[in-house]
Amino acid sequence: MIIPTSYYLVLSGVLFGLGVVAFIFKRNVIAVFMSIELMLNAVNLAFVAFARAHQQLDGLVFVFFVIVVAAAEAAVGLAIVIMLAQNRESLNVERVNLLKF
Amino acid sequence: MIVPLIVFFACAALAVTGAILLILAREPIHSALSLILVMVSLAILYLLLGAEFISAIQIIVYAGAVMVLFVFVIMLLNAGVEERTDFSKFAKFAGLPLGFFLLIEVARWMYGASAGSAIVPGADAFTQAASTRALSAELFRKYLFNFEATSILILIAILGALVLARKSQ
Repeated sequence: MIIPTSYYLVLSGVLFGLGVVAFIFKRNVIAVFMSIELMLNAVNLAFVAFARAHQQLDGLVFVFFVIVVAAAEAAVGLAIVIMLAQNRESLNVERVNLLKF
Repeated sequence: MIVPLIVFFACAALAVTGAILLILAREPIHSALSLILVMVSLAILYLLLGAEFISAIQIIVYAGAVMVLFVFVIMLLNAGVEERTDFSKFAKFAGLPLGFFLLIEVARWMYGASAGSAIVPGADAFTQAASTRALSAELFRKYLFNFEATSILILIAILGALVLARKSQ
């Protein structure tokens, strides 16, 4: 029995929505970063599902690149988080408001 | 042959539970552990879709390297319980309904988009085509330039992390 592609896509949409909710609701800067990773994962699931539906390998290659970009982003982003924690002595994103209007 | 469907729903439930726990957890380390739950269940779903290589790098790179980096930083900064701040009125009354609207709309749109692409019967053919050998041929021939460009990207990321971590004199 083959699972319809739409099931995967709905799961991907739900995970992406939860990632957006987490991105907006979380106050800890590390948790905000993790919600970005959650959104990237949701998109990867949609890529793989479409790759299977269309019998094309390009989707899988794109997932590979997304994972590479996510790893690079995590490395630089966490370095920024460490700098932020040293300068502000807080991980709360509300405290980082120098550019806030 | 209802087993794949059961596996799918079990993994989907695990993934959604992990995502909700990520939102509800007060401590960052709990958020990180629930994110690992999401990633592992997604890796099982990739196996179900016949993409073994993607499943393997999901475990190795995401659940392994990236999450270890996250947990390491959480421990390094000794990140404790998250402070709660009040939402603005705008966020409470406009943000929440709009967020749920976005969630529903994205799910509905994706469901509609996939209704047209009928399900391909030859999952076995895809599994054969999506083998690591075929994927590497695609990656190192058609996408060779992009592959080399990502190595530059990673080099820049390493340099950026080094510059940021350097002690300012």
